[in-house]
Amino acid sequence: MCPDERLQEIRSKREEWEQTTLHRVLNRYPERKAVFTKSSGIETKRVYTPEDVVELDYNRDLGFPGQYPYTRGVQPTMYRGRLWTMRQYAGFATAEESNQRYKYLLEQGQTGLSVAFDLPTQIGYDSDHELAAGEVGKVGVAIDSLADMEILFDGIPLDKVSTSMTINAPASILLAMYLGVAAKQGVPFNKLSGTIQNDILKEYVARGTYIFPPAPSMRLITNIFEFCSQNVPNWNTISISGYHIREAGSTAAQEIAFTLSNGIAYVQAAVGAGLDVDDFAPRLSFFFNSHTDFFEEIAKFRAARRLWAKIMRERFGAKKEKSLMLRFHTQTAGSTLTAQQPDNNVVRVALQALAAVLGGTQSLHTNSRDEALALPTEESVRIALRTQQIIAYESGVADTIDPLAGSYYVESLTNALQQKAEEYIARIDEMGGAVKAVENGYMQREIQDAAYEYQRSVESKERIVVGVNQFQIEEPAPEGLLMVDPAVGELQAKKLAALKERRDNLAVANVLDELEQAARGDANLMPVILRAVQSYATLGEICDRLRNVFGEYVAHDLL
Amino acid sequence: MEKKIRVLIAKPGLDGHDRGAKVIARALRDAGMEVIYTGLRRTPEQIVTAAIQEDVDAVGLSCLSGAHNHLFPRVVELLRERQADDIVVIGGGVIPDADIPGLKEAGVKEIFTPGTSTEDVVAFLKTHVGR
Repeated sequence: MCPDERLQEIRSKREEWEQTTLHRVLNRYPERKAVFTKSSGIETKRVYTPEDVVELDYNRDLGFPGQYPYTRGVQPTMYRGRLWTMRQYAGFATAEESNQRYKYLLEQGQTGLSVAFDLPTQIGYDSDHELAAGEVGKVGVAIDSLADMEILFDGIPLDKVSTSMTINAPASILLAMYLGVAAKQGVPFNKLSGTIQNDILKEYVARGTYIFPPAPSMRLITNIFEFCSQNVPNWNTISISGYHIREAGSTAAQEIAFTLSNGIAYVQAAVGAGLDVDDFAPRLSFFFNSHTDFFEEIAKFRAARRLWAKIMRERFGAKKEKSLMLRFHTQTAGSTLTAQQPDNNVVRVALQALAAVLGGTQSLHTNSRDEALALPTEESVRIALRTQQIIAYESGVADTIDPLAGSYYVESLTNALQQKAEEYIARIDEMGGAVKAVENGYMQREIQDAAYEYQRSVESKERIVVGVNQFQIEEPAPEGLLMVDPAVGELQAKKLAALKERRDNLAVANVLDELEQAARGDANLMPVILRAVQSYATLGEICDRLRNVFGEYVAHDLL
Repeated sequence: MEKKIRVLIAKPGLDGHDRGAKVIARALRDAGMEVIYTGLRRTPEQIVTAAIQEDVDAVGLSCLSGAHNHLFPRVVELLRERQADDIVVIGGGVIPDADIPGLKEAGVKEIFTPGTSTEDVVAFLKTHVGR
């Protein structure tokens, strides 16, 4: 029987089923909703059949793991070879306390580090700056200079761990500090592996820790691409992030589209600066969110991988295989955690983590159950890590690659999400690319609309959030939450004053002058930034010099 | 005709999470209020100046970075200093239960934590803002 005939047979059988078996039941028991839809507005059908994947061409659309278009995964053996990296985002208070948490996590079997910096560090202010008041050490560790960074990684050999740092606007400076620590430990730069987030566009759109305007920010990013391709070859120079776009309220399709559009802008900027795409593209990495709608998330990861490979090959003419591969970190969705009945969050996180693994993530952070209330306690973080270990070692899902491929539903959803994302990307291209779509507020508006829509659906109970708008209970106030000592700010300020006493202030002033001079020209700023941090110039001092030259970004907020 | 309630939604401190602030702003507007949003990274001084200039009835502060104990009371204090303490101050964000009594004692009228329905915020303002 030829495929067309077989399809014809399925169609007639389906029609028969609809008119008989299904019809009888529907008449007596109507379904829960008239229409079932995804966040992306994609309608979910009652049942999927071969009719829904008629267009699917196995070799063209799926292929084999480690081969174009990488739908099934970027490595040929995936988790059969090596499990994903279990990487819990952590950092709070001082470098000393965060160093203790990292050592604890490594002892518990975590395989990579992920550094959370406090907001003053992320926005380029020293701990004694007036705008830092109340924020020092709160959402991450306070780092003012190389001296803090040396404490942060004390006793952790940098050639033995991979370190991810969530740092964007001042990424060049924190990377330079990491290199400074490596130099002190005697670890050559080519033995370092890790990631800096370094994704400024999504800061303007969704995360808010920008400093400089887009043009000089893009230059700093391009400088890092170039410097690392020559000096730190195993470093992921950017983690193009959909995570925060999704947290801000976007749909799954928008998450793919806006992230890849931002990715396109970075590649274009680097190519425009004269870099060869295959020199830097292998070190681009991505960061996605894993939400609760299980199949939509799995399909999202697969669609993103396939779409990025196509963009890199067709739009940028990339030739190296590594340039085409979308490698990504995943974090479970903080915005889905509830303050009500917080133990339920363990289950949400497990589902989200499973979706990330079935979607082929390279590394994973699982949120802790108490994160809608405060920073997580050590016990909560351990449960979150154990969740990953149970998926890895007990569930069996890591033993075969991309096990949901070929599911009529998952393949159909993968196609639909890719199509939606491509429509958005085309619209952004028409506007002149991601930088324009950020400056004119397009992405922000789309995200806000989706966030508002979501909130309304929760309040109308069209969408049920267990423990929040249904199945509520009276519960006592949670106990044992982690509190950061408010004295951290004063402590950091004292350390900073002591540093300024003991360092060679003339050398610092000279290198800062040199930095400011270089910023006015068009040289790569990484070498001079490295020398500045090694002279113990502070993060705030370096950023202030760059502010003098670059100015600061002013957001235009629209409601 | 009854005068519309005017509200300033503000983001004090360095926190960049503005999903909640923007959702609340839109919900208040849909409920018939006039809403002004400050944007990110405002100091308590800037917020108080804006509140007085815009002649608002209430200020809604949003903070998810843990700096609320420093920032929220400062806004109330500055309003008081500038004889504008008729302006109702409410707050929201990731705020541990243990911090709420202290914030209320400092003069914050109500704290709305994650999972709050926007209808509750609307109802609260309608009850507590006297025009």
